[in-house]
Amino acid sequence: MIGSGTQAAPRIVRAPPRMPALADVWSALAGVPDPEIPVISIVELGIVRGVVWDGDRLVVKVTPTYSGCPATEMINTLIRESLAAIGVADVAVVNQLSPAWSTDWIAPEARTRLKGYGIVPPHVMAGRVDVAGISPLRRAHVVVPCPRCDSANTQLLSQFGSTACKAQYRCADCLEPFDYFKPH
Amino acid sequence: MRRDEALFDYLQRLGDTDVVLAQRLGEWVGHGPVIEEDIALTNVGLDLLGQGRMWLSYAGEVEARFRDQGRSEDQLAFLRDGGAYRNLLLAEMPNGDFAVTMARQFYFDQFHLLLLRALSRSADPRVAEIAVKGAKEVSYHAERSMDWVIRLGDGTDESHMRMQRALDDLWTFTGEMFAADAVELALAEAFIGADPRALREPWVAAVAAVIAEATLELPTGEWMQGGNGRGGKQGIHTEHLGHLLTEMQHLQRAYPGATW
Repeated sequence: MIGSGTQAAPRIVRAPPRMPALADVWSALAGVPDPEIPVISIVELGIVRGVVWDGDRLVVKVTPTYSGCPATEMINTLIRESLAAIGVADVAVVNQLSPAWSTDWIAPEARTRLKGYGIVPPHVMAGRVDVAGISPLRRAHVVVPCPRCDSANTQLLSQFGSTACKAQYRCADCLEPFDYFKPH
Repeated sequence: MRRDEALFDYLQRLGDTDVVLAQRLGEWVGHGPVIEEDIALTNVGLDLLGQGRMWLSYAGEVEARFRDQGRSEDQLAFLRDGGAYRNLLLAEMPNGDFAVTMARQFYFDQFHLLLLRALSRSADPRVAEIAVKGAKEVSYHAERSMDWVIRLGDGTDESHMRMQRALDDLWTFTGEMFAADAVELALAEAFIGADPRALREPWVAAVAAVIAEATLELPTGEWMQGGNGRGGKQGIHTEHLGHLLTEMQHLQRAYPGATW
């Protein structure tokens, strides 16, 4: 009994806000596909940089792949929806620029799935490429094998593909065009 | 000039150059010589637009430190007149033919890469992180435009002639990139901005090497537009900027505050 002998003011006891464990938050985010490459999730892509509770609010730190990526706003919406589904009402999606996103953060199992989807994953770690020092005219030794027939007889068509993060290639054997996820 | 006012000006120079060049590249949509180039030109524009947004958003935050209110990225991009724009003159030059577009990109990319690498060491952490992010993207732009200068220069008689003419015509707009004024000197002294004079030598060396490989001649003109401290960075533009802004700002001017 509280405050025996005095008239206790009626207390409003609110149910504590539902705060799922961070592991459940990560599971929910792992279910959010990248809008432009739906075979991999935003977690596998490496753009979710952290989740943390700030009181009742869940702060999700997200880094853009490329500065002008038009999927960014859609990704933020999908994040909110996925978290609302597990009962998190108050979400702050924070844009975090540093450290800058790298393809080195793409999960190994996602790389295999990319290839199955027809996109060749980055063939080297981005940290080991001095991008400024290479160019297609001098890069003939870089072999990007065809994701369909595995032929090494492929040609670069353009350094930019259907999105800024990819380059366009063509297989000279099976003649199929395909995308290559550039080491970045 | 107070430091925040100088920084506000400087951030607009960075952001406006990106936004104006992105708008130029966007004009190529549906007009590229082949579809791969159509896509590549606009992807480069998209990167620049993204970087421009980051610079202008930060500019608005800095503006709020010394004015009652700072403007948003959209207000800065769509509601300033030409005289308030601080972009490099090179960025507002019309697209011309494909050689002109690639020569403009080549001159700018080589400068942009040097600038962003210098800014990645800025004492202002926000400037540094935007620069690090941007430099990764611009390294692709630089690689691609360099290849096109070589491909067209060392190509047919027609492509060689056109690329040489484009390099010659645009050369006079490159000096402005390296001419420092009070804004840039104040920020370089505070280790926030880059001293543009220090970028000239490495730029000439990089540009000259590519032009030689392309079997072209390095332009020799010495007189430079805006090199006297009265150019795009100070808000004094060519007639081309007004036409560009007319199109870019049309929607917000005709329907103020429109959103979707």
